[in-house]
Amino acid sequence: MIWDNDFAISVLPLLLEGLWVTVQITLLGTLLAAVLGLVFAVLRRLAIPVLSPVVSFFVVFVRGTPLLVQAYCAFFVLPAYGISFDALATGVVVIGVNYSAYMAEVYRSGIQGVPKGQWEAATALSLPGARTWGRIILPQAVRTVVPMLGNYLIQMFKDSAVLSAITVVELMATAQAIGSSNFRYLEPLTLAALLFLAISYPASRLVNRLERRYAPQH
Amino acid sequence: MRPSTEPQPLSADAGSAPGPIVRFQNVSKNWGSNQVLKSLNFEVAPGEKVSIIGPSGSGKTTILRILMTLETPSEGLVTVDGDMLWDVAPGQKARETKQLRETRRKIGMVFQQFNLFPHMTAMENVIEAPIHVLGMGKAEARERASELLNLVGLGKHMNHTPPQMSGGQQQRVAIARALAMRPKVLLFDEPTSALDPELIGEVLNVIRNLAHTTDMTMLMVTHEMRFAEEISDRVVMFDNGGAVESGPPSQIFKDPQQERTRTFLRAVLQH
Repeated sequence: MIWDNDFAISVLPLLLEGLWVTVQITLLGTLLAAVLGLVFAVLRRLAIPVLSPVVSFFVVFVRGTPLLVQAYCAFFVLPAYGISFDALATGVVVIGVNYSAYMAEVYRSGIQGVPKGQWEAATALSLPGARTWGRIILPQAVRTVVPMLGNYLIQMFKDSAVLSAITVVELMATAQAIGSSNFRYLEPLTLAALLFLAISYPASRLVNRLERRYAPQH
Repeated sequence: MRPSTEPQPLSADAGSAPGPIVRFQNVSKNWGSNQVLKSLNFEVAPGEKVSIIGPSGSGKTTILRILMTLETPSEGLVTVDGDMLWDVAPGQKARETKQLRETRRKIGMVFQQFNLFPHMTAMENVIEAPIHVLGMGKAEARERASELLNLVGLGKHMNHTPPQMSGGQQQRVAIARALAMRPKVLLFDEPTSALDPELIGEVLNVIRNLAHTTDMTMLMVTHEMRFAEEISDRVVMFDNGGAVESGPPSQIFKDPQQERTRTFLRAVLQH
């Protein structure tokens, strides 16, 4: 098979549309994962009877099953129980919840990394629990894990291709569709790979810079 | 009518005669099988400046940490300014109650490692609790904080963060932060132990000024024997989970009554 430049150029606009969907999934998914992961991490640390163990189990469950299986269940099984959204919304929620389990672990390490003396100073000043978390502990914990969260964002960007299995028309699904309808896979798949790289490479450089900037202060 | 033989309630004249501001009654603390405090009875009078000396592991820091509620007693009664802090019956577990949180506000603490909030400026460190615990207005909190930071000689460093300051400066901010809560009892847990030798003096000066100019009760665990001798009304020698000897600094340092105190002082004053 020989590279056909004209064909490649003709399918590029379609692929860019797919890329835009992928970017949207990644940004929304990361936002959901970052918020939900933080909530999970704090709930686990608070050791609330029943709730904290349930959260812990949920995190283990999500981490222990493949993203693809979770996506299938959410898209093809849940509608049988009356819960259904369109493919894109389902995809964002599934990948966001999936990554929240990993990010919960990241936050947990960040929270553990805050010196015990910070908690003790907050106690000595009688700061209320919510204020201690919001103003003292989390700003220091999150700061140290920003680069790790960035790495997960890049990973999610690539993982979102899995969502093509539940009919989300992102970059990978677009490339496959172009390939099968034209019987030419070389150009669309190569371009898809280059487009992934065009985003993920600068993104990982950015994460490297964040790593230096957010080096632990203690 | 009550029979006249019934004993008078102990609190009958509590208003006229001020009791101890800090009171430990039969307080024990166990770490597994290791007993750090052994049924300790200990009192501090209002305004008194007390230094606690003794070898590591003697339980002296545990006293401060139980008072600051950073550790729970295994058993016993602790009151501060007449209010209950801990009341743990034998075999029970200590619990954090509303009463404890109320009483805790009367106590402040200066830590060995300063424990300033590193992501906040000196000013923000000092105003945080007055605003969010005492409910003070922002303007008032800032005004008081700048008075306190001036008092500890850091008027020019208000907008610096802890990583931009020396250890001595950080500890002085920590003292200002504790003072901002107007505690009745201020605890110092080896406040100069983590400092470079040339920075110890500036922190001791601040503490000395406080000791001489305020009627705040001060309780200090320290290895600075000369400083303890100079500023304390009373020095307590601790060993093995209990007070071995207690008295005015002149007596403890010049004429200790207990052999344990003598051997300890000989060892630490040698160098």
